[in-house]
Amino acid sequence: MVQITHTEIDVQSVFGSVRSPEAGGIDVFIGTTRNHSGRRIVASLSYEAYEPMALKIMSRLEAEACVRWSLVKVALVHRLGEVPTGEASVVIAVSSAHRHESFEACRFLIDQLKKEVPIWKTEQFADGSVERSGSSHGVESGGVV
Amino acid sequence: MARQELTVTVRLFSVARDIAGCDMKKLRVPEGSSADVILRELAKTYPRLDAWVSSIRLAVNEEYVSNEHTLCDGDDVAVIPPVSGG
Repeated sequence: MVQITHTEIDVQSVFGSVRSPEAGGIDVFIGTTRNHSGRRIVASLSYEAYEPMALKIMSRLEAEACVRWSLVKVALVHRLGEVPTGEASVVIAVSSAHRHESFEACRFLIDQLKKEVPIWKTEQFADGSVERSGSSHGVESGGVV
Repeated sequence: MARQELTVTVRLFSVARDIAGCDMKKLRVPEGSSADVILRELAKTYPRLDAWVSSIRLAVNEEYVSNEHTLCDGDDVAVIPPVSGG
């Protein structure tokens, strides 16, 4: 199951979506929004996406994980729009018969999601400045919104 | 005979959209152009984009492509700055 949502992620329901009597373990990764970036205080964060492509790549990552590991169920949910600090921006849940597969697949999914899925974060700092982050590049700073 | 042109839709996201000041535009490029022609055209129009060109990835019709990918008329080209989801 892959999903993009503009509202709060219901972690319990993501967990519930991968529960299965065939599973011996469930690994859940919850990415939460940090209130600081380096020494700067983050007032708010928001995410945007190229939604159809993001969903397509998330589905592909899910399929790839199911090929690489023996999994029962996978769920990938990303939130867009403003996400108050401390709340979940992404939730990944993986169930498998044995824990090793869930741990490995969950790490693979979050690592690949951060590299491949066209989603971008904007951080608004307490000092009023705004930054669009680039994971492998610098940042475009200033009042760019 | 005049060289044919093709029209593509360009989608701009995140920092690329900020620099261009729009999230979508149509571009006409010569037939047989590769995807990186779009980046070169955009950098000409928006010089501040030049610093980002080496880190931008392109997608055509919602699939990542190499810069050498040959464009077709009507293609949907997305300009994808370094992603930062998660």
